[in-house]
Amino acid sequence: MSCQGNTMLETKSQVNRRAVTDALGFPALMLVASMTGFGSLARESGLTLGVALGSTAGIWGLPGQVALAELHAAGVPALLVILAVSLANARFLPMAVSFIPLMRGGARSYGWMFLFVQLMSINSWAAGLRNFPEIAPDMRLRYYILFALICMAAGLIGTVLGFVGVVAMPRPIALGLIFLNPLFFAVLLAGSTGRPAILALLVGIPLGPIFHMVSPNWGLLATGVIGGTIAFWISRRVESARGDG
Amino acid sequence: MDSFSASGLWLLLSGAIAGTYLWRGLGVILASRINPSGPIFQWITCVSYAMLSGLIARMVLLPVGPLVESPLLIRVIGIAVGLGVFFLFGRRVLHSVFAGLIAFIALTLL
Repeated sequence: MSCQGNTMLETKSQVNRRAVTDALGFPALMLVASMTGFGSLARESGLTLGVALGSTAGIWGLPGQVALAELHAAGVPALLVILAVSLANARFLPMAVSFIPLMRGGARSYGWMFLFVQLMSINSWAAGLRNFPEIAPDMRLRYYILFALICMAAGLIGTVLGFVGVVAMPRPIALGLIFLNPLFFAVLLAGSTGRPAILALLVGIPLGPIFHMVSPNWGLLATGVIGGTIAFWISRRVESARGDG
Repeated sequence: MDSFSASGLWLLLSGAIAGTYLWRGLGVILASRINPSGPIFQWITCVSYAMLSGLIARMVLLPVGPLVESPLLIRVIGIAVGLGVFFLFGRRVLHSVFAGLIAFIALTLL
């Protein structure tokens, strides 16, 4: 019995319907569009369709996927590529930490979370945080899995569209598809909030190209570690100076 | 040679997947045992964000792939239009990306 009010979704069919309608709007559209960009970049970077689809399903985070394609095309040694992809997706750690406990009610065994966490992306994470208060705790996992699977299907469709489209389209449009990658990032990151994140973004802009000219292999990693540390240090200093740290 | 480079690609992808999953799996282990707004996470977030904006700036200013075919000015204008629409017209991601894309393609066609 629920005492949370009458808007709480409790039955399987209610939750299924909600997950499908939530996912098939903006999230699916955005994933098709952004992964179309990735698919086109993957092909132009010399990845096969299988590897491109494997990146979408396996990495399942646009920043890491784009880093993989870009650094591979630039001929960066494999170990440095892997390190950069990993760091580009480091946000999954704090995301999982804040998200997983919200779904505990629905898991038969907690061990399954190690499988389900692979489906997590910024879309399913944001949808969960927004909609879980209206969904019974033991139904949240169902909502998340359904929502996330639809997102992944949309991402895989986009990857194929881009992979095929970049050679089928006239060159200006094909270049536009590849241009979607930095464009999507720029717009998505422009919506970031919080002083440390915004500072890190601003510091990274000049450091990225400069460090790339110094060393194409290490440039991206150095940008992250040095730029990120500078931004972290400045924001800590500002916080303690204001006494709100 | 081709089959070797293909298996090399899959090996690279496996490493990339493992390197990404590391964060996800660690997140499950640490879930609710650690404060996600603590200083270590804040530092990791900063590193990630600096890398991402650095990557974007490099892709736009010093592309390594096919984007070298398009003039620098057009790439910069495309990003500027995307960001401009985002900040001026209600922070809508898809609208902004679409506007930047149309600007980029239209200028490339000219």
